[in-house]
Amino acid sequence: MALDLTTDIKITWCPGCPNSQILVAFRQAVEEFVSAGTMELHNIVAGAGVGCHGKISDYLEVNSFNSLHGRMVPSLTGIKLANPKLNVVGFSGDGDSFSEGFNHITHAARSNSDISIFLHNNQVFALTTGQATATSPKGFKGGTMPEGSINEPINPALIMLTMGATFIARTFASDIKKTKEIMKEAMLHKGFAFVEIIQPCITFFDTREYYKERVYWLDDKHKKSNLDSAFKVARMNTADKVPCGIIYQTSKPTFEELV
Amino acid sequence: MTDSNTNSTGTHLAIKTIAIGGAAGDGVREAGINFSELFTELGYKTFSSFDYPSLIRGGHNYARISYSVNTVYADYRELDVLIAVNAESVRVHQHSLRAGARVFVEEAYLPEIADLGIAVIPLPMKKIAEELKAPQVARTSSAFGAYGYTLGIPLNQLKALADKVYANVGSEMNVALVEKGYAHMKKMQYPQDECAIPTEHGIVGEVTDGNKAIAKGFLAAGLEAYVGYPMTPSTSTLQFLAKMSKKTGLKVVHPEDEIAVLNMALGMSYAGKRVAVGTANGGFALMQETFSLAGVSEIPIAILVSMRMGPATGVATHTSQGDLQFILHAGHGEFPRLVIAPGDVEECFECAADALNLAWKYQIPAVVLSDKHLSESYKSVTLDTKSKGPDYGKRAVPVGTHYVRYKITEDGVSPLAFPGKANVVVKVTSYEHNEEGEAVESAEEVQAMQDKRFRKLNGLYQDFAWFPTVKTYGDEWSDVVIVFWGSTKGAVLEAHKQLKTPAKLVQILWMEPFDADRVKAELNGARVIVDVEANHTAQLAALIREKTSIEIHNKVLKYDAQPFTPTDLANEINKFL
Repeated sequence: MALDLTTDIKITWCPGCPNSQILVAFRQAVEEFVSAGTMELHNIVAGAGVGCHGKISDYLEVNSFNSLHGRMVPSLTGIKLANPKLNVVGFSGDGDSFSEGFNHITHAARSNSDISIFLHNNQVFALTTGQATATSPKGFKGGTMPEGSINEPINPALIMLTMGATFIARTFASDIKKTKEIMKEAMLHKGFAFVEIIQPCITFFDTREYYKERVYWLDDKHKKSNLDSAFKVARMNTADKVPCGIIYQTSKPTFEELV
Repeated sequence: MTDSNTNSTGTHLAIKTIAIGGAAGDGVREAGINFSELFTELGYKTFSSFDYPSLIRGGHNYARISYSVNTVYADYRELDVLIAVNAESVRVHQHSLRAGARVFVEEAYLPEIADLGIAVIPLPMKKIAEELKAPQVARTSSAFGAYGYTLGIPLNQLKALADKVYANVGSEMNVALVEKGYAHMKKMQYPQDECAIPTEHGIVGEVTDGNKAIAKGFLAAGLEAYVGYPMTPSTSTLQFLAKMSKKTGLKVVHPEDEIAVLNMALGMSYAGKRVAVGTANGGFALMQETFSLAGVSEIPIAILVSMRMGPATGVATHTSQGDLQFILHAGHGEFPRLVIAPGDVEECFECAADALNLAWKYQIPAVVLSDKHLSESYKSVTLDTKSKGPDYGKRAVPVGTHYVRYKITEDGVSPLAFPGKANVVVKVTSYEHNEEGEAVESAEEVQAMQDKRFRKLNGLYQDFAWFPTVKTYGDEWSDVVIVFWGSTKGAVLEAHKQLKTPAKLVQILWMEPFDADRVKAELNGARVIVDVEANHTAQLAALIREKTSIEIHNKVLKYDAQPFTPTDLANEINKFL
């Protein structure tokens, strides 16, 4: 019997929103894990924060913890610590983890908590109808900064690398297959896994064409276990080219093993 | 001054009070605990408080211990003995000395206090420590010997006691210091009291403080994990549990901030662990949004909040009862909660166990409200740790039916399941939700879920019969009533011995839900009601008026960050009698 991971809740993302592609990628990842016997469905817990991305927990018939805005990460660490058998993933947003509650994701990376974070990065507060987040480009005009954002954007992958995350990847939501594969790699990784998913907001900051032109996939020449190479990739100027794929992966004892 | 050695019926109570004062880093706190343990081993009952500024070195610290053959509920300000490790200590306490008080002073500082004209007993604590190559932080141990000498305790017995008291810090060196202090007094031919050690004292209790008793209460109720971020006066619970974590398997975590503390704890509880967190009022202020999340998501959690003097950073290491109304209204939105305020070390144990159990029984946040004076003061107690055990609440998940986390039930409590169970999906959320745990906005569903949550209060109202929501002491027939809560209990019970007229003492422990019928029954018909609280705005009196319509006009309020002391409090209450 095929797994039915849908719920009765009506999907309220804008028609065509790449969040739906992320939802499909995750459902496929879970289906493949469960059918292969790699994971048991009842051991999967999906966290979510608050923002457009956070609705995903309502659309998934799996254990879920829909937290407050910016506060999901420590809850997930708690869940994993309480029951290490659980496969804990968390959906978050750029506003949800890099504006509010920024310290939680950095500390979880630092302590190498064995959870996977999927960051829906649309570079805008969309649910509140369009304001700059910590990842919006400088000059971004939103409701709270009509003259344009005065701040340089945070580069999530670079921050995660600096904080000691042991798995860092970037993917593009419209490539469902690649996103699914990277999600699976992240979930199989033992330690803190961070996946930045470029998720253009079709209503408030439509970057679909921008990224389509610039995204490219890292090949075997990129040594993902090499920290210097990873820094080089993470530091690349995304105005030019946007590297996607697994940027860094290493092995360290996890928070849950050490507590 | 009223004689605190006699109560209203003239019984001799013989409460003695000793203070040890010095600079931070002089080991004053440790000395205070050691003296408390010494007296407890001798068969006395003790109560010790610790006064210290928020710094690491210097300043003025003191430990004050009152002891008696009967239970002592609070330490007295008036001193029978002062052990001054520095000169400042004599200056600070000179006006609190009883007639004939023994004042032991570090010999090196005698010239600095010559102007005070106080008869003192010079004690070369520094020199003795140097002679024995002992660290100066241990030098009060020689005072332990000197004071033991004046009490007339035979040297062998004192050494045996010291051996026991200092066992966990290396008794050999400390016993040598004790012996030297004793020998010094003997050499000076100081008069000795007739040895009057209580002989028939039954069980020798332990000397413990509120914070450790709270930790033990949580443990008795089946605690599996504890999360905290250090903040006075809650830190010692975290450290006590952290120390035992390796041996017991208890998970103890100190994450990046208080917001992470409560969110992490809710994650653990969601996954099935019995968790408590601890913080001070300032840290709890940071937890507000997550406290509200605990309410809406119905994730069981016990929370120790220990108050210090606010607002903001306030008087960081001093006491206050200024946050009762804050805790009662904490978190945005409306949701049922439990708030219990223990008044002494034994109640700390019991209330913490009850809070964790009731948090699970009703799937609500449960707060144990303490303060610096309760959390960090030591008392000789015999905790009945067997009296409390875990209550796991409604856990049975109906077999063969589709599990929903927020099943609408008559008693408001939904069967609790955890992720990791086959064919069960457990969905929790910060949004208002349907039975499945999915966000909803329809008027009917929103109201139905609010009603479900608030129905849990009916169960708690039934529980009033089984828990000490209100306690009474003293002259229960009297139409003079003193009403109070939390750590002021100790001073009120001691002050009662010095009141002009007999009085009934009413302690309120359960703040939310509030046992209004019981409180009304205790207060109705009173000729005089006096409210005693360590805050500016009489927050308990406000609560009583809100819940019972009884307005209390006579208030003794203290908001100078110092705890009440018995004699001073009695004088204040007597003004209304």
